[in-house]
Amino acid sequence: MRTILPLAITFVTGMIMVLNFFVPHRPFNSMGNSLSDWYMIVASAAIFLGAMNLLQVHFARIRHRARNWQYSPVAIGGFLLMLTAGLVTGVEEGRAFDFMFQNMVVPMGATMFSLLAFFVASAAFRAFRSSNWRATLLLVSAFVVMLGRVPIGDLLWRLVPGAASGAHPSLVTEIAEWIMQVPNMAGQRAVMIGAALGVVATSLRMIFGVERSYLGGAD
Amino acid sequence: MGGLLEKLDRIDRRFIYLLMALSVLVPLAFRLEMPIPVSPGPSMDLYEAVDALPPGSVVIVSYDYDPSTMPELQPMAVALTRHLMSRGVKIIATALWPQGASLAQNALTQISDSLGLSEYEDWVNLGYTVGGAVSVVRMGSSISAVFPRDRVGVPYDSIPVLEGVGRLADISMVIALSAGDPGIHAWVMVAQGRFGIPVGGGCTAVSAPEFYTYLGSGQLVGLLGGLKGAADYETLLKRDNPGAPGGTATPGMAAQSISHLVIMGFIVIGNIAFIAGRKRKRGGAK
Amino acid sequence: MNWEILGIWLGALLTLSLYSFLYRDNPFYKFTEHLFVGMSAGYWVIYNIFNVLRPNLWDRLTGAGEAGPDLWMIIPAVFGVFMILRLVPKVASLSRFALAMIVGTGAGLSLVTTLQTNALAQVEGTILSVTGGGLSEFLDSFLLVAGVVCGLVYFFFSKAHRGVIGGAAGIGITILMIAFGASFGYTVMARISLLIGQAQFLLFRWLPTIPLFRGLAG
Repeated sequence: MRTILPLAITFVTGMIMVLNFFVPHRPFNSMGNSLSDWYMIVASAAIFLGAMNLLQVHFARIRHRARNWQYSPVAIGGFLLMLTAGLVTGVEEGRAFDFMFQNMVVPMGATMFSLLAFFVASAAFRAFRSSNWRATLLLVSAFVVMLGRVPIGDLLWRLVPGAASGAHPSLVTEIAEWIMQVPNMAGQRAVMIGAALGVVATSLRMIFGVERSYLGGAD
Repeated sequence: MGGLLEKLDRIDRRFIYLLMALSVLVPLAFRLEMPIPVSPGPSMDLYEAVDALPPGSVVIVSYDYDPSTMPELQPMAVALTRHLMSRGVKIIATALWPQGASLAQNALTQISDSLGLSEYEDWVNLGYTVGGAVSVVRMGSSISAVFPRDRVGVPYDSIPVLEGVGRLADISMVIALSAGDPGIHAWVMVAQGRFGIPVGGGCTAVSAPEFYTYLGSGQLVGLLGGLKGAADYETLLKRDNPGAPGGTATPGMAAQSISHLVIMGFIVIGNIAFIAGRKRKRGGAK
Repeated sequence: MNWEILGIWLGALLTLSLYSFLYRDNPFYKFTEHLFVGMSAGYWVIYNIFNVLRPNLWDRLTGAGEAGPDLWMIIPAVFGVFMILRLVPKVASLSRFALAMIVGTGAGLSLVTTLQTNALAQVEGTILSVTGGGLSEFLDSFLLVAGVVCGLVYFFFSKAHRGVIGGAAGIGITILMIAFGASFGYTVMARISLLIGQAQFLLFRWLPTIPLFRGLAG
């Protein structure tokens, strides 16, 4: 029962969405609409699950005095601070919740990911090797795109005698756009079609109960 | 020479970080400017599609990103919002990412206040919905089923700008500003593929190459890719409205240019050191 | 108190704490990192309450709108509770029902929409690209079609990549490498853009709050 019933739910909900696509009339459209409404609530519960899991992990770290446990109260405190501010003051502009979002969460989020610029620079120096001709082709393509997507590419090209007054004063931009429109599009399309066929196969396996790994881990 | 290359190979990563920081900070601090010529392409396509919208039409702008990608997407949001509002187009803001709801509010109030427009009459921020593509499917039959209230709790039915807007078919265009999934994929798959609504997009530079496939097949009417896309849009807006205030993407393009050169320099020097090291090893083996 | 200046300083201090990681891992970075995780989770929960649970579940269950109570909404509410019960080992298996609903709905939707949008429409777009245009357009279209076909052959692992198949796969991987190069170039661009955003914040919003650097505000 613990396996059959979930598999039946997957089958029924999956088929409702498929039928709703091909037959957007009663009863399938109203069933699809209800299912979509329900989906939002259950997906929302998944976010609560994530938040509660975060608290559980950090409380466990404090309890077991795990490595860097001293910072766990900071994570828990930050969570409770936002939660309390939101529940007490609401999400309107100018309130405590919004103030903390704009002046704390926004700069922290933006900075955290801007660190990647430094790591890309380091990787550029140490990891991006043209070890064979195809890797060299990758780097050449990257160089052209990196130059063609910023103003300096064409400015450098125009330093070549005759380039500025020639037929293609924006040659670097043109080549970069060509790479994007032709070889890039071809490659991305091959990846997209391949991945789409994979998604279709996996979805079918899930709906018909062949793929069950998503049910694991809760016994 | 060999000794120098060997030293380069062992260089402290913090020296690389310092060069990277300087390549961004120096052009910004000295306000280095570079012209941004906009040639026909995805940015111009989106600009023209927005420009062709008749005043009074209603568009959905979906702010599907968070602060981590804000430096790329917020300038687009501001420029697009200014373009739409100055043309008299009504905006319904939605967010498939929770933090997009607050970032949308920033862009909308900033432009709305500067143009003397009012919330609920000219635009509304419906806030966040959790379901991704499933929510977009539901919006095909009823937007109010997904957003019974706006971001701060005002009922859908009492908002004047939403009068006559019941489902996606009542929308002239969807513009998705997307940092990943859910985002442009969801809007193209459902709003465009299923309901035939024109979809335009703005995305981080990381995901721009994959969305060229949608441009080539006509599933996207235009695309702004990364800070360059935002700078293109700001430039086009400034071309047609010389009095409009500039954005933050255009001044960043000089710093972007210099840092690209620095990164390319790192790759070239790293490869020279790598090739020299390989030759040395081969020589030693002999 | 000037709340705007306080906000800018708060943002700047948190920004600098995170950047201190570039020198080496340290308590300032760890503190800010944990604070970020906690506050982000708090934000998500609040928006879920105000933008999803209250209007889409509570109002409908209690009949807060014009319509009466919608008792059918008890079903997703129960499923939602099942989902959260995953944290209670004794009854964790109940979460399977909620997961099954999420997975089934998602699979049913992506089965048809992905097939339509990411497979069929892409094939159509590739074929239609061949129509019309001069010689250069024809060559571009030819390269596009050949690139897509050869790229797909490269991903086809059920047959050994030898002979004609091997040749086509070779062309496919070459095209893919150019595409990956373009993606790499764009990725570098994206990362630097993020740094530019924060550098602009520090240079043009934070530093001008210090009298010595007021000129930077422009």
